[in-house]
This record gives sequence, C-alpha cells and structure tokens, in this order.
Amino acid sequence: MANTPNVQPITETASPAQLVPGPQMRVVIVGHVDHGKSTLVGRLFHDTGQLPDGKLEAIEEMCRQRGMPFEWAFLMDSLKAERDQGITIDTSQIWFRHGQREYVLIDAPGHREFIRNMVTGASNADAALLMIDADQGIRRQSRHHMYLLQLLGVREVAVAVNKMDLVKYDEGRFRAIEAEYRLYLEGIGITPRQVIPISAREGDNVATPSERMCWFNGPSFLETLPQFAPPESTAERPLRLPLQDVYKFDERRILAGRIESGTLRVGDDLVFSPSNRTARIETIETWNTDGPVSTASAGMSVGITLNEQIFVERGEIVSHEIDAPIESDVFHARLFWLADKPLEIGAACELKIGPNKVKAVVEHIERIINIDSLSDHKATCVSRDEIADVIVRTSQLVAFDAHETLSRTGRVVFVDQHLTLGGGVLSLGDYPDQRQLITVRGTNLTEVDHRVDPVRRIARNRHKPGVLWFTGLSGAGKSTLAMGLEQRLFDKGYQVYVLDGDNVRTGLNANLGFSPEDRAENIRRVGEVAALLADAGLIVITAFISPYRADRERAREAAGEAFHEVFIDADVATCESRDPKGLYKRARSGEIKEFTGVSAPYEEPSTPDFSVDTSGRPVDECLDDLVTYVTDNFITARERQ
Amino acid sequence: MNRLDILESRSIYILREAYACARPLAMLWSIGKDSNVVLWLARKAFFGKVPFPVVQLDTGMELDEVYAFRDQYAAEWGLNLIVINCPPENEMDPSLPPMTRSAARKSAGLANLLRDGTYKGILVGIRRDEEATRAKERVFSPRATDGAWKFRDQPAEFWDQFTTDTPENAHLRVHPLLHWTEIDVWRYTQRENIPVNQLYFSQGGKRYRSLGEKNITAPIESNAGTIDEIIKELEITTTPERAGRLMDNESEDSFERLRTSGYM
Repeated sequence: MANTPNVQPITETASPAQLVPGPQMRVVIVGHVDHGKSTLVGRLFHDTGQLPDGKLEAIEEMCRQRGMPFEWAFLMDSLKAERDQGITIDTSQIWFRHGQREYVLIDAPGHREFIRNMVTGASNADAALLMIDADQGIRRQSRHHMYLLQLLGVREVAVAVNKMDLVKYDEGRFRAIEAEYRLYLEGIGITPRQVIPISAREGDNVATPSERMCWFNGPSFLETLPQFAPPESTAERPLRLPLQDVYKFDERRILAGRIESGTLRVGDDLVFSPSNRTARIETIETWNTDGPVSTASAGMSVGITLNEQIFVERGEIVSHEIDAPIESDVFHARLFWLADKPLEIGAACELKIGPNKVKAVVEHIERIINIDSLSDHKATCVSRDEIADVIVRTSQLVAFDAHETLSRTGRVVFVDQHLTLGGGVLSLGDYPDQRQLITVRGTNLTEVDHRVDPVRRIARNRHKPGVLWFTGLSGAGKSTLAMGLEQRLFDKGYQVYVLDGDNVRTGLNANLGFSPEDRAENIRRVGEVAALLADAGLIVITAFISPYRADRERAREAAGEAFHEVFIDADVATCESRDPKGLYKRARSGEIKEFTGVSAPYEEPSTPDFSVDTSGRPVDECLDDLVTYVTDNFITARERQ
Repeated sequence: MNRLDILESRSIYILREAYACARPLAMLWSIGKDSNVVLWLARKAFFGKVPFPVVQLDTGMELDEVYAFRDQYAAEWGLNLIVINCPPENEMDPSLPPMTRSAARKSAGLANLLRDGTYKGILVGIRRDEEATRAKERVFSPRATDGAWKFRDQPAEFWDQFTTDTPENAHLRVHPLLHWTEIDVWRYTQRENIPVNQLYFSQGGKRYRSLGEKNITAPIESNAGTIDEIIKELEITTTPERAGRLMDNESEDSFERLRTSGYM
C-alpha cells in the first residue's frame, strides 16, 4: 500500500488576472543519478498546492500497481519506461508559480547515459539547482553537470544537499559536503546563491523551513527561487544579427533573423560578415503592428530591407562597422563531446555557428580537461563526455565573437549529417583577426592595364616570373638558402631578388609590432610586394617563418599561378641546436613570448610545391636541389632549346 | 520585451529555421486555438504570407463549427489548404483502448500524407505544458517514415541549434509552440486579436477547453464567455487542460502509446 504524503499543502492564493505576467525564470535541476531531482519537483508541487487535480491519486495508483511506496518522482517521470526503471530518461519541464514570477522547472536526467538530454534541458535555463545526496556525497555527475552548465552559460546556481533524513539531519555531514563542493565551484568560477540542506522526500527546507534542522538559518529552496537574477539585457552591446534567410515573397527583398545583441535603427550603416559587404538599412519590416517601426534590439526576430540590393545569404552576421565580429578561418574552442564516436585530430566535420554552416577540420587537440580534478592532459582524440580545448580550421572565413565578449555569437556546434555531436565556446587566442587583412578601404577604384605584355617580359628575361615562398621554423635555413639561391640564380643570368624578414621590418613594415594582427599584416604586405615584383618579371624569394596557413594562402592569392610554396624542413631540435640568432635560448628562458615552434604553433604546409630537408645536409646540396627546381619550372620550353 | 514578445520571437525564429532547413514544409492545422496561433506566427514570420501548405487531418468527426471556421479562414487568409481523409477506425491497432484507437486515426492519416516522402518538415502546434510526454519533446524532432517517436534516443538540442538534416524518407516534426503555456496562447490570441472558434466560449454553462473530435471530447463546466474570463478561469483552475480529451487517460500509458507511434 502506498504511503500517503505527510505534509499538507500550503494554499497559495492565486494572483488576480494581470495583463501580461513578467518573463519566466527557467530553472534546471541537475545532479548525479538518484540524488533526488524528480522527487524534489514532485514534492514542491504538492507542498505549494500546485499539483493538478487527480495527479496525487494517479501517482498513488501507479505505485500501488508496482507494489512500491509513494514516489514523488512519478509527477515528472511521465514515460512508462522511466517509472518502471525508476530513472529519468529525458528532460521534462513543468510550470510553477511563486510570488511575482512564473518558473519553468526543468528536470534533467542524472544518469551518465543521458548527458545529451541533460544538456538539452539545461541549455535554455537561466538558473540551476544542483542536487547532492547527503549519504553518497559528491559523485561524478555532481561535478560533470556543473562544468557543463558553466560552458552552457548558466551562472545563477544554488546547491541542495538532499536526503538529509538518511544522515539523521547531521550538520557535520552537511558542512563537509558544502565545503568540498564550494571549493569545486570556486575552481570553475561559480559562486552559489545558497547551499541548502533538504529532504525532498520528507519536505524539509523544500517549501517550508525544517524543524529538524534548526541549526540551518538559510532559506528553503522555495525562498531561494526569487534570489535568482534574470538574464541581463544585451541591447547596449555591439549589434549582432545573424541572417536566417532572405525572402522575396513580393516586391520587397527582406533579410530575416534574430538580433542576438545590440540595437538596430533605420538609417544605420551595416556590415555583413564574412562577405564584408556594406549597405544601409532602409526599413524594419513588420506585420500586424500599429505604424512603422524604426528600431529593434536584442532578442527580437526582425526583417529588414536595404538601400541597395547586395548579395548576402543565410549565415552572415549583420553588425555596425564599429565593433564588428571577428573574421578568421582558425580558432580555439573549448568543447564538450556528446557523440559515441570520438573526435580525432584531423577529422573533417561540419560546424554551425548560429545559422552559418561550414566545413572544418580539427587541427589540434591542445588538452583534455579532467572534470574532477580540473587538471589536464594531452590526447589524440576526444571521447564521449570529455571536455577538451581544440584548434579548429574552417574551409572558409567565418564570422564569430569571443565567447567571453559576446556569448551568443561565440558558440559552435559540431554536426555530422543529422546528428549533433558536441558544442563549444570560441576564442581567437593568439590568432589574428583577419578582418583588417581583407577589407578594401578605398572606394571608387578603377584598375588600369599595363601596355607591356607579360609575355614580352618573359622573352626579355628569358625566364618566367614567380614567387618562391620559403616557409619553415626559425633556424631551418630560410635566409641562408634564400641568399645562396639568389646569388646562384643571378650568376646564371636570372632577374632575382630576396625579401627577407628582418630586412623588411626595418623599412616597409617598420610600423608593425609582433601582435597576432601585426604579424598577419607583415605577411600580407610581403605577399603583395612579392606579387608586384613577380608581375614586373622577377623571381622573388621570400624568407619568412610565416607559420599560419591562412597567411600563406592569402599570399598565394595575391601572386596567383606564379606562387610556389617551398617548405624549408627541419625539426625543432635541429633548428634549436643551430640557433643562429640566439632566439631559441631567449624563448626557452621566457624572454621571448609566443615563439614559433616553442610557445606558438607552426602550421606545416600540407601540400607544398617543393620541400627541402635541411637536417644534416650541406647547404650546397640543398641549393643544387633548389636550382634544379627553378630550372625545371621557370625556363620556358623555347628558352631551353 | 514582455513575456509574449519573448515567446513570439522564439517561435518566429523556429518557424524561419524550419522554412530554411526543412523544406518541403507543411503545417498541421487542427483548427484549434494552438494551431491558429502557429498560423498567425507564420504570417508574422513571413510578413503576411503562409509560404507552405496547411494540412487538416480529417476524421469526419469534427464539430460543425470547426469545419465552418476552417472554410472561412482558409479563404480569408489565402491558405493552401490540403484535407487528408483519415483511414477508418477498424484499421487501427485493436489492442489500443477504444477512445485511443479512435484518436490513432489521425496518426494513420498523417502517415499516409508522409508515405511518399513529399514533406521533410511538419509543423505541429503542441505545447510542453499540455501533456507530460509532450514535455519531453524536442523543438525539431526527427521521425522515421512511419512517424514513430524514439523517445529513448532523442538528439541533443541546445543553443537553438536544431536537428535540421534527416536520413532519406525520414521527416522532422517541428514544434514552434513547445515553450508556450495554455494561458500564453489565450493572452496572445487576445493581444493579436486572432479569430477564435465560438466553441471555446461558454454556452449553457459548458465550454470546450481543448477541441477534439466530437466522439472523444467532452466540454467542461464553465461560465467563461470572453477571453478575459477564460484567462481568469485558467489562473485558478487545477484541472488539467486535456481532462476533456477522453483518450488521454484510458490507461496509464494510452497517450504515450499514441505518441510513440506517431500521434502529434
């Protein structure tokens, strides 16, 4: 026979009909399996008199049929399989009124098997209650759930130490768990609103203060709910409007999307990223409103028209020119992996950043974070339920924000056809924002044609022009080989010139420092100058570490078919033993920060046009190889005869 | 933004995602208060136009007022209306309880609509608060060809990133109203002045709180004759919304069985 509940409900008088109640507060209840999440919700509904008619009797009947004591969890565990197994499988939601606010209580499953359902439930929450079994103490999911919540963006947190009845309402036991868990929360940057000892089954500190725990002066769970602060408005932050679609149902061409942050006004000049097109907003389109609308802000789904018909499509982010989003094809992500199949280095995948979908490769797994100890270790793959820091390279430029700055446009989701595999938060780290590199500031530009045909230049020089782009670690031999090759080719009658790193930095690029953006600009300018010299008919040899693939690709775009990527290959140990400029020594001592190969990445060419391995080979032998390459590729068939 | 603005904006976002990613798209129109709100939201999302067909799964058992409402607004709003005749009750699973068997005709009608793989996305106006298994739904819920709901193995859905791709012949149920409550629907209907079927208002001390076929739906005791009065009634009631839907409570899991085999 089912036990009947031992506390009579408090009757909360319904508030009079208001025009429209305030926004909801969504509270997710998380924690290790069987620590009492569903039970708490059932108990709370009963104790506040909000159980629907007949529900108590229905639960009693379900328990009687199963020959078990009264089970509060059956209110939320609506699937028969959940009740039969006594376990929550999927997240559930129930609406709850208290004081001036309406709450949506989201009951998340605690079993390891159902982490993805927990994430689903928690991702929309404004606040969280983490439950810990007083008898069992802190378990794996107690930490795992909270770590995920922090990544998902939930910052309002309270903790309930449940089943205090099982430990005879012992204060010592509660204080020990509280101290240990507060320490963990501190480690991940969360300060809880409250840590409360409760018994969900018996009703202690759920809706009313417990008489059996007089030693606790804090609020009950019900009294804690109003302490959760609503999410802050982002209307005053930089404008972000990711485009969902472009409609042409009638004569209007309407761009549709939801403003994720900031404010939009008719007449504003807008930038679309990553296409970098610009236009002015002509109207904000509406249907069934009184009169025209001239401004819209964060949270609103809007439609706009522009003053000119530029080509833009789903996935672009609309912003103002000031405070535009980052543009890059490489970034860091701290991700949580949900799929059974591990994520491996080099794996091709598809990403969604807002409505934008893009192909990408996981280039590097920096570390796996141990959720329990918060220490980290290296790995070659990310397995299910793990948290990892990875470097991702996309097939094209994407627009996004650093999650620290603007969270809603700083998130990524990994998908594989029809499955969501994991999610992550983004940062740029030391990579440069590539926006400046691709923005053409001048307007009203008209290119004019030369009257000297490139073919005539080749005929006079007796060789084709081109760029030999040397890339490799510091100490690999780039400068040595570049200067040696220049000399040999010159002696053979070639028009040849070397652009060298340090030389260029004293003149053309004297105004650039060593920030990621300045390094990228340094390479951009060298790429453009090399392309100009090649256009003039010369063979240009460049000697720059140029560690980032994106920068080299941009140099290739500038020079076109005349571009030859030459990998000057030597491993770090070899380069460090040479150390011609004493730089490795200074990098190892920490004097130079972000030194390529030591404390900053070098992205090897994946398919270089030519490679020269300089480890343990004399310079002359390497030069012979390079001269052969030039003879094979720069002498036209006619000249050869 | 007030609460209704927030709900509306998210629903519009969902509708636009469905239109961008789950085409060909169609919407199920039961002609009740919820799917009328979805239609209204679609007109907002697409600036006056409903750019997909609107499907009624017809058992021939709806109340007369429902058919009248359908014909009037299908014409007035310029809808592309498709009426699907549902298979008869004697073709349904005989192990289901009687009312549940009757309701299963709609799942069978929907399965017929989807059989030839014409539609990739189906918009349905269900809400989490109306029924406990619906509370566990995803916004974008992938279904096999037969419409079966694999509730043990639902995909992750977070940060408003939805499952937008499906295997061949499968489809997506899209639920733009999942996060609304019954009172929200009425407040929004009132604010937007959306037409309401008269069956929802009290006549002779009774009104329909949830509209279903006449053989399996009962009106409730109520004197609410205006939307204001309905809202006041809902603020104090502890009776569940679907208490008048007789198939829900025939056995412990009758509605769960309906839903796992494809009911809305």
